[in-house]
Amino acid sequence: MLIFEQSRTGRRATAQAPKAAPEAADIPAHLRRSERPGLPEVSEMQAVRHFTRLSQKNFSIDTHFYPLGSCTMKYNPRGCNTLAMLPGLLARHPLSPETVGQGFLACMYDLQEILKEVTGMKAVSLSPAAGAQGEFAGVAMIRAYHDARGDSARNEILVPDAAHGTNPATATMCGYKVKEIPTDKNGDVDLAALKQAVGPQTAGLMLTNPSTLGVFERSIEAIAKAVHEAGGLLYYDGANLNAILGKVRPGDMGFDVIHMNLHKTFSTPHGGGGPGAGPVGVSERLRPYLPVPMVGRDGNDYVWLTEKDCPDTMGRLSAFMGNAGVLLRAYIYARMLGREGMQRVAEYATLNANYLMKRLQEKGFDLAFPNRRATHEFIVTLKKQDKTLNASAMDFAKRLLDYGYHAPTTYFPLLVPECLLIEPTETEAKEELDGFVDAMAKILEEATSNVDILKEAPHTLPVRRLDDVRAARELDLAWSGTVS
Amino acid sequence: MPFIPHTDAEVRDMLDAIGVVSIEDLFDEIPRNLRTRSLDGIPAGMSEQEIGRLMHQRAEQDGRPLCFIGAGAYEHHIPAAVWEITTRGEFYSAYTPYQAEASQGTLQLIYEFQTMMTRLTAMEVSNASLYDGASGLAEATLMAVRANRKSKSGRVLMPVSVHPHYRKTTDTIVRNQAISLVELPYDQQGGHVTPESLAQYEGEDITALVIAQPNFFGVLEEVDALTDWAHRNGILVIAVVNPTSLALLKPPGEWGETGADIVCGEGQPLGVPLSSGGPYFGFMCCKKEYVRQMPGRIVGRTLDRDGREGYTLTLQAREQHIRRSKATSNICTNQGLLVTAATIHMSLLGAEGLEHVAASCHANTRRLVELLTANDFVKPRFNRPYFHECALEFSIPLKGVIRPFSAHNLLPGYELEQEYPELKNHLLVCATETKTEADLQLYADHLNRMLEKQTKADCPVQPKMA
Repeated sequence: MLIFEQSRTGRRATAQAPKAAPEAADIPAHLRRSERPGLPEVSEMQAVRHFTRLSQKNFSIDTHFYPLGSCTMKYNPRGCNTLAMLPGLLARHPLSPETVGQGFLACMYDLQEILKEVTGMKAVSLSPAAGAQGEFAGVAMIRAYHDARGDSARNEILVPDAAHGTNPATATMCGYKVKEIPTDKNGDVDLAALKQAVGPQTAGLMLTNPSTLGVFERSIEAIAKAVHEAGGLLYYDGANLNAILGKVRPGDMGFDVIHMNLHKTFSTPHGGGGPGAGPVGVSERLRPYLPVPMVGRDGNDYVWLTEKDCPDTMGRLSAFMGNAGVLLRAYIYARMLGREGMQRVAEYATLNANYLMKRLQEKGFDLAFPNRRATHEFIVTLKKQDKTLNASAMDFAKRLLDYGYHAPTTYFPLLVPECLLIEPTETEAKEELDGFVDAMAKILEEATSNVDILKEAPHTLPVRRLDDVRAARELDLAWSGTVS
Repeated sequence: MPFIPHTDAEVRDMLDAIGVVSIEDLFDEIPRNLRTRSLDGIPAGMSEQEIGRLMHQRAEQDGRPLCFIGAGAYEHHIPAAVWEITTRGEFYSAYTPYQAEASQGTLQLIYEFQTMMTRLTAMEVSNASLYDGASGLAEATLMAVRANRKSKSGRVLMPVSVHPHYRKTTDTIVRNQAISLVELPYDQQGGHVTPESLAQYEGEDITALVIAQPNFFGVLEEVDALTDWAHRNGILVIAVVNPTSLALLKPPGEWGETGADIVCGEGQPLGVPLSSGGPYFGFMCCKKEYVRQMPGRIVGRTLDRDGREGYTLTLQAREQHIRRSKATSNICTNQGLLVTAATIHMSLLGAEGLEHVAASCHANTRRLVELLTANDFVKPRFNRPYFHECALEFSIPLKGVIRPFSAHNLLPGYELEQEYPELKNHLLVCATETKTEADLQLYADHLNRMLEKQTKADCPVQPKMA
C-alpha cells in the first residue's frame, strides 16, 4: 500500500512543524499557490511503520551477502556513520567562514593527503559527487590540458570495449569522439589494436585496472607508453581500486588522472543508489586544472582553495564542496584501517575472490578466464547452461534471491555472454562464501532436473518477476489518485 | 584486522583450496617493479574509540554558531524519525535497485518520492534525483537542448540573479557541448528579470530561459509573464525552485498559460542537514512529452507474473549502462539515501506542515529585516517581494561587522560582494523556522552595538524605532 493510500484529510504529525504562522500577505496573490499539494496526511507512527516495512523489502549488505560485481558491496562500519553525524558536523553551513570550520577542514585536508599517498598521485580534489562526476572532471582536465597547450586537434578518447558505460558517456559529455579498443582472448587490452588506434588525434585513454573482466591488465606499462608517446594522457577509472589498494598505485602505473569511488573502496554506504563520492587525483602536469573547491594550508590554518587561487581550474561541479558527509565517512574509515589495514583490503578481497572462483569451478561452472588469477572479482559464464538447459544468467540470478543471496552483476561486461560478475569483498567470512557455492550448486542441479523452478524464480520475495516491458510501455511514474 | 573476519586457519584452508602458498602469490600477475613498497605517509590504524575522540574534538572545535546564512542551503527542523529510518541498514547499505524483486522497498519509496515531487511542482513526471541543485541545473540545460528540437542555437538565457555557484557549475558541465549561456541582468531596483531585458532576444533562436523562483537574492520573479514570453518565442522554460517555497508559491507547472517545461532545484530543505554542503540531492521534474530526454534513474509501477503491483527501474534505454556514448547523461549513482530522507520528511510534514514551515521562515525573515533596518545604516537593497531571504545594504563597511559577529558565535549572513562586486557591503540574510524571537533580537542587539561603536566618531546613532 502506498503512503498516499493511508492518508486521511486533517491527520498530521503535529509535533513536527511549527504552529501556523501569519499569512504571507506581502506576497502578491498571482505569485501564490492556490491549492495545497496532495502530499500524504498521516500520523508520525503511520509514517514510521510504513517506511520501516518498506525497508524490510530490501536486500542490503547489513542483511544479505551482496556479491554485486564492480560495486564493492562491503561492510559499511556503523562507527563511520555515527561519527560523521555528530551534531556539530551536521549543523555546519557550507558558506560558514573558515574560522568556524577548522575541525571539518582538517578532516578534508587529511583525506586529500591519504588519498594522494595510497594512489601515488600528486594532488587530489574531493569535490566530484560520484564516480561519473569524477570521470567527467578527469576527462575535462585532459581537455583543459590539451587546450592550454594549443593542442586542440585531439578529438578522440580511447575506451576498451570492456569499460563501464559511464566512460564513453563521459567522453561524449566532454565533446570527444569515442573509439573502442578490443580485448584479446586472455582479457587484456589488444595491444596491437591499441598501437594502431593511437595518433595525433588521441586525447587520452580511459582504463579500469583491474578491468571489468576481473583480471589485472598485465601490459599496463606498454599501454601507458603507447598512449604517452602519441601525446595522449592516461585516465584511471577507480571503480576497481579495492583490488589493488596498497599493492600497486595508479600513479606508479603511469596514470595522469584518476577518480576513486569512495562508496566502493572506502566503504561509504551505497544508500539504495547514492550518495557516492568520486574524488580525483592527478599527476603534476594536470594539477592546475583540478576542480574547486579544495582544502589548502596557510601556516597552521586550513583554507578553501577556490577559483581565485586556482585560475586554471576546470571549474565547479556542485553548489558547495560535493558530498562532504560521504567524505567524512571515508576519512573515518581510512583512519581506522591505517596503512596496514589498507593493504589488507586488497589482500583479503583477492583471497575471497580466488577462493570463490576455485570452488565454483569445482562445482562445474565455467570461468570466462580460467587461466587467469581473479582480482577482487571474476566472471562465470553460463553460456553452456543457457544452451543446453535453457537456464540463463538471469534465471540463476533470480533463483539466487530465493536462497537469500543478492545476485551478482548480470550481463556486464557485455563482452562475455550470459555472465555473472562476482565480487565477494574482503568483509565476508569463509562460511558465507561456502553457503553461496552450495546455493549455486543446488541451482545447477535444479536447472538439470526442473528448469522451471529457475524460470519462474523468485518464488519467496514480495513480488515475482516484474514486467519491464509493460513498465516502459504503459508509463506509470507517479500515483494519480487523490488523497482522501 | 578491522572488518576482516578471517582466522589464520581459514586463510590456510582457502589458500590450499586455491592451490597457492601465500596471499602474495595471488598478486603474481602484477609486474614486480610496479608493486607498492610502502605507504609511510598514511598513519597507523586507530580503534573506533580513538577515532571517535578525534572526531568529537574536531566537531566541537567548530562550535555551533547561530546561523543566518541561507544562500542555497537552509537550516530546518528535521523530525528524529527521518534519519532513524533512513540509516536503517536495509536502506543505508543497499545499492541501486537493479534486482527489482529484492529492492521493492527502495523502489516503492522512489515511486512515492516521484509522486510527491510532481505534486509539489505541479508537473507530470519526476526522476529519482540528481547530485544537487547546481548540477541539476546543468543537467536541465543539457536536457533542454535535446528537448527543444526547433532550436538550433544552443543559446540559453541565464539570469545573473540565479545562484552564482549554479551558474558556474552549469558552465563547467556544458562548456564542451556547443552551448552558450547568455547572461541576463537583474533590475537595479527590483532585483528581478524585467521584460525590457528580454526584449532584445524577441524573435531570435534561443533554446531555453532559466527562471529561478525565488532568485538568489530571495526576490520573487514575475514567473507568469516570463514563462509566456518564452513560450511565445519557442523557448523552453527551466524553473529552478526551492521546495520549501512551493508550499506557498505558485508551482512551476502553473506558471503562465502552459507551465514550465523542466523543473529542477536543491532538495536539501526537505530533511537533509546542512553538513558542510553535502550530500544533498537535486530534483528534476518535467512535462511528460520530454520524459525520454530526462537524465537519471526513473521508477515505474508495473505488474509481476501473478498480476501483483510492483516497482522497477524503467526507461533505462536513456542511460549510460545501455546507451554508452549516446546516453542522456553519464550519471549512474545518484542520491538515493537523501531521497529516502526527503520522502519520509514530506510524509511527516504533509502539505499543511510544509506550509507552516514556509510561512514561519518567511515571517521570521520579515521580522529580522524589520529589526535590522530600524536604523539609518541598513536598508533592504531591492523593493520587490521576497521569500524567506533578503539582501540588505549597509552604508558602513561590512568588514567591521562580520568579524565581531563571529566572536559572538553568530553568522550574520552571506556577503554578496564575493560573487557580485557591484554589491559591496551587502548582506544576504535568512531566518528559518529554527530561529526564535530571542535569536532575532540577539542579532539586532549586536548589530546596534556595533553600529554605535563604528559610527560614534562622526555622528551619534539615532535608531528609528519601528
